Order: sequence, then structure tokens, then C-alpha cells
Amino acid sequence: MSDEHIQAAFPGSFASLRLISSFIREAAEKTGFDDCAVYAVETAVDEACSNIIEHAYESEDRGQIQCECCIKPDRLIITLKDQGKPFDPSAICEPNLEVPLEDRQDHGLGLFFMRQMMDEVHFDFVEGVGNVLTMVKMKEKKD
Amino acid sequence: MNIESKSYKHCDLIKVTGRVDSSTAPQLADAMNAITDSGRFRIILDFSEMDFISSAGLRVLINAQKNCKRYNRGEVILTAVPQNVYSALDLAGFTSLFTIKENTLDAVGSF
Repeated sequence: MSDEHIQAAFPGSFASLRLISSFIREAAEKTGFDDCAVYAVETAVDEACSNIIEHAYESEDRGQIQCECCIKPDRLIITLKDQGKPFDPSAICEPNLEVPLEDRQDHGLGLFFMRQMMDEVHFDFVEGVGNVLTMVKMKEKKD
Repeated sequence: MNIESKSYKHCDLIKVTGRVDSSTAPQLADAMNAITDSGRFRIILDFSEMDFISSAGLRVLINAQKNCKRYNRGEVILTAVPQNVYSALDLAGFTSLFTIKENTLDAVGSF
């Protein structure tokens, strides 16, 4: 079975998130994921795109978000590109989920969700291209 | 996303329909702030028609819960949480921070 590639570009605004989710959901369903995995992929991409707008572009309507999906028999590979400032994931603290309510921070969950919900998450900055985020979700092996 | 608010004698109910993401989370925050600004801190969130919640939505929930629980004056209770949304809440460690009821009737009765 040959790989299927689909791609689309969206304005870097929060209003695009719903459209990006629809685009990603379609790719995840084509890959053959169950509802739970489709929701996980949708969440990871939503968080990634929100981060692009907030941290790379530092505001809405500063540039585009390019989404590419490569549907393989055993996995979905999603690439998101933006032309914002280089995003440094190490600058984001991991949330501490063990502390009581009053000490819980209200930031840092987005990146945590991306890493928890996808099998691979890679951030690169490519000169002349911008930020390139690659996320991979594997299909569960059926015994 | 659509929000419907309803006031009961001892609590307020907010029904959230659709997606809560970075685009729509501010509307949910506004609806919850309108209730707490009026001096009411017992809030039930009905998630039965919610399709999706991102960390932006969870930020609204955690800040509302901190505000409502301060001085033991109330709390935010979640009801009818869909399985996918529950999994996200659980992953974020939220299931220990919120009372979660099966339906709004149980939640209204608990206040």
C-alpha cells in the first residue's frame, strides 16, 4: 500500500484551530485510528498550533501554519511548519501534577499533552524554512 | 462552542457545547467570571455535549476551581464528562482536583 500525503496551510490565528482539527481528524481517521487515538492526535496538533501562535508568532495573524500529513500503513506522520521565531521546548517547564490545587500552575500542559499523546515529537529550526515540528503516532499492533 | 447558563437557588449550571480551545476558552472564562463576580461560587459544568477541550480550556477550569474553593466558599463540579475528555482530564491530573458526577441532577442535589 503506498503512502498518502495531504497538506494544507492555515492562517496563524486561533480561529483556524477548528479547521486544522477537522483536517487532522480526517487524516487520523484515514490512517485507521480508533476514536481515542483520533482524539489524542487532534489534541496534540491543537496544542502545537496554539504554541506556534503564542510562542513562535507571539500573536495572532503574523504568519501561516503549514500542515502536512503522511499516512502510512502503520503510522501517521504530521509535520507543522511556521516562520515565527525559533521555538525552544526546553524553555517550557514540565507541569507538576502531584501538587495540591492552590499550587498548580496553569501553564505547561500543552507540550506535556503533545509528548504524552504522540509516540514521537521533534522540534527543529531550519534556516530559510522556520520551525519544523514532526509528530508521529503509531497504530497499535493487533495480535 | 456554545454556552448556556442557568441559575438555581444554591448553584449555577453552565452547559458547554462543542469545542473548547484557545479560540473559545475566553468565552468560557467570561461565563464563569460573570457568576463568581456576582458572589456565587458553586458552579456545575455540564460537559455532555462537549466535543473537545485543550489545555487552554483546562487553564480556565483550574483557575475557576482555585477561585471557587478559596475560603471554602464553593467549588466547580464537572458532570456528564465524555470518555475522551475524561482521559485528557485524567492525564492532566485533574480528576483528583474536581468532583465529577454522572449527571447534573446529582450535582445540583449535592449542593
